[in-house]
Amino acid sequence: MSFRYDIRLSGSGGQGIILMGIILAEAIGIYDGKFVAQTQSYGPEARGGSSKAEVVVSDTEIDYPKAMQLDLLVAMTQKSCDDYYMDLKPDGILIVDSTFVRQIPVPRAYQIPFTRIARENLKREMVANIVGLGAIARLTPAVSPKAIETAVLARVPKGTEKLNRDALQAGMKAAQKLKGLTFPEAPSELEDEDT
Amino acid sequence: MKKKVLKELLLQGNEAVVEGALRAGCLFFAGYPITPATEISEQLSVRLPRVDGTFIQMEDEIASLGAVIGASLAGVKSMTATSGPGFSLMQENLGFAIIAEVPCVIVNAMRGGPSTGLPTSPSQSDVMQARWGTHGDHPIITLCPSTVRECFDLTIKAFNYSEKYRIPVILLIDEVVAHMREKIAISDEEDPGIFNRVKPTVPPEWYIPYEDTPQGVPPMANFGEGYRYHVTGLTHDVRGFPTSRPDEIDPFIRRLFRKISQNFSDLQIGESFMTDDADVAIIAYGCVARSAKRAVADCRERGIKAGMLKLNTIWPFMRSQVEKVLRQAKVVIVPEMNMGQISREVKRVNKGEAKVFTINRVDGSIITPQEIINRIKEVF
Amino acid sequence: MAEVTKLIHNYLRHDKKFPHVWCPGCGIGIMLGALIRAIDHTGYDKDEIVLVSGIGCTGRLPVYVDFNTLHTTHGRALTFATGVKLAKPGLKVIVVMGDGDAVAIGGNHFIHAARRNIDLTAIIVNNSVYGMTGGQYSPTTPYGMRSTTTVYSNVEHSFNISELAVTAGAVFVGRGTVYHAKLLEGLMEKAFHKVGFSVVEIISHCHTQFGRLNRMGSAVEMMQWQRDHAVTVEKAAQMKEAQLKDKFKIGILVDRELPAYQDEYEKVRSWSKGVEKK
Repeated sequence: MSFRYDIRLSGSGGQGIILMGIILAEAIGIYDGKFVAQTQSYGPEARGGSSKAEVVVSDTEIDYPKAMQLDLLVAMTQKSCDDYYMDLKPDGILIVDSTFVRQIPVPRAYQIPFTRIARENLKREMVANIVGLGAIARLTPAVSPKAIETAVLARVPKGTEKLNRDALQAGMKAAQKLKGLTFPEAPSELEDEDT
Repeated sequence: MKKKVLKELLLQGNEAVVEGALRAGCLFFAGYPITPATEISEQLSVRLPRVDGTFIQMEDEIASLGAVIGASLAGVKSMTATSGPGFSLMQENLGFAIIAEVPCVIVNAMRGGPSTGLPTSPSQSDVMQARWGTHGDHPIITLCPSTVRECFDLTIKAFNYSEKYRIPVILLIDEVVAHMREKIAISDEEDPGIFNRVKPTVPPEWYIPYEDTPQGVPPMANFGEGYRYHVTGLTHDVRGFPTSRPDEIDPFIRRLFRKISQNFSDLQIGESFMTDDADVAIIAYGCVARSAKRAVADCRERGIKAGMLKLNTIWPFMRSQVEKVLRQAKVVIVPEMNMGQISREVKRVNKGEAKVFTINRVDGSIITPQEIINRIKEVF
Repeated sequence: MAEVTKLIHNYLRHDKKFPHVWCPGCGIGIMLGALIRAIDHTGYDKDEIVLVSGIGCTGRLPVYVDFNTLHTTHGRALTFATGVKLAKPGLKVIVVMGDGDAVAIGGNHFIHAARRNIDLTAIIVNNSVYGMTGGQYSPTTPYGMRSTTTVYSNVEHSFNISELAVTAGAVFVGRGTVYHAKLLEGLMEKAFHKVGFSVVEIISHCHTQFGRLNRMGSAVEMMQWQRDHAVTVEKAAQMKEAQLKDKFKIGILVDRELPAYQDEYEKVRSWSKGVEKK
């Protein structure tokens, strides 16, 4: 069976979840050269509703384009964390924005305050999603740091390159501190029972 | 010769439609904002003026298709894009484009209905509207992509068919495919397969605008090129003038059908995936075909001989390919995000060779591979 | 007479199956004559002219004349014409409509074409009724009049087509009647020369339906009514409001300069190619 890696990014409208998904997919697809399918769903309101972007990565053409069992869940609100953690594979990784997510439902979780870092270190709350991308590049095998940087700089508005590069670095740095974290092994008999 | 350069892009289905349209030579777009088709309008409003084309936002979808037909009659390849509610409004002028034989492309990014329904959720419930939505007896061509690559390729096909057969072509995209991003490689070379309408070669005084031809498609003169003729939504004679003579009406209507029916083989696009030895065959289209493909692979791993026929041409219905599958398989499953529209067609052509089962999902969510596998387990 | 023969020979379609659909005495024939003379004066080549219409008695007009002719769906003529004009701005696009076609089913398209200032001429034959379908009331049927769907009397108020056009942004608005055929011809000619959205409203009569139901007499009597109730803009300026009570103005109601849509869109094209916006 071919390699497949399912990612879901989630939060609320206005947090830049969809853009995060697009940049991640572009990094993986165009700059890392893998197959990728990115989908999303959002409510009718531009701000405040729930927002979800999914990225499926593979080394062959992707059939089903939506995430099934998650290898990676990024949750930027408590609600999205609560709604989706059940979809994680037993060895799937959860990364949360600990600015908003206080209750961690699974043992395998990385907690990084993306929004607080963006607000306090970078003075721009809107780059929290880019901080998140930095963390993803450091903590997961989904995307290479080089590819994510190229993709971020290709997508962001002119004149904001430095801010976004700094945001990415801040995310990577925060993630680096957690890198050594070890999680309990997933019980193997639970794996892939019903996929 | 310019060297062929392949450009790799991460595009949404809607964006790939835009790229395909521009590649096909589209220079006119008229539309009205509607989710989930707005990306097509937005991007063409940026791209068309750069190539001296025209983008205009009209007052409604009726006006949009009217303007598209007008532009096409003036000789410019034209399109519009909408979703279910707007497609309903377009039905009136869709009929005009059919009877007056005006090439144009209509994209319908399907969302849940009826009425305003589910603006941001996917559906496949406009399949029969595409076929029979406008009043009167008529043929139609409808294509349906299930990947971003197919959005690009089928948009070009849609323009080619519309120019070749002088008929509006509908591109039905579901919201999943319209908004999904995938990587596609586009070359900057001109596509050699672009088809442009056949113009008359006879002098204007010999031109008979709606004359029958072996292909069933009369050459088309553009406004302002010396061939002054009459275009009408009334049933007309070969000169384009309204008629109520039965001996003129009958051959005209029959020709409209014949130009499609005698070219079936040119119009059937699909993919057979492991159907040759399949005991269980899935017939699917749009985003659901992707779930079906996954389900087939999973079934094969478990030793179930499954296969899939993907329909890219929705209308005219791919009867011969479907019949082949019905003859091979013991069980045929038709998963659709509607209450059963293509499955009616499958059942219609089934002559008892296979048992046909449906999966119908109408809650604004895609049918998952697991649902298809569960149904297979249930019935096979 | 020789002049008329020449015009008939040049502009009418001889391979079309005449006679036409209009009732004897109908105003549309007079309007068609004025239209052809006006076009003839402007010197356009027949290939350059696209004559677009909707549905109804007036909608049938293009089939008889030797231009690029387009008989569209009900109310939608202006939308088709918009597409033709924008795709080939070199063409002269003229749209003929009836009152129901233009301001009932096509009312929205009418105000938006005017607002955009698309370079089209809209010629509207206003006979206050749906003639082809048998005399039902239209948006220009006056209050208190009878039709086959207001047999007890019309209780709706009517649109003033010309005023609607002025308000919506048309750069040229003229009103004439089929009685004042020479004036009409001149208004049309001026409208054709105007760049932008121009409107000519033509007060006509439907003696077969509207006239019969309201006991207004024959076509001749209804044209006499037009003669007696029309006042030129110039003359009206010297009259008191009370004197104008049951009268309507004819002549040029508005003639103003505004950039046409296609010229504005040329700017969009150059901005899209990187030319700086001033």
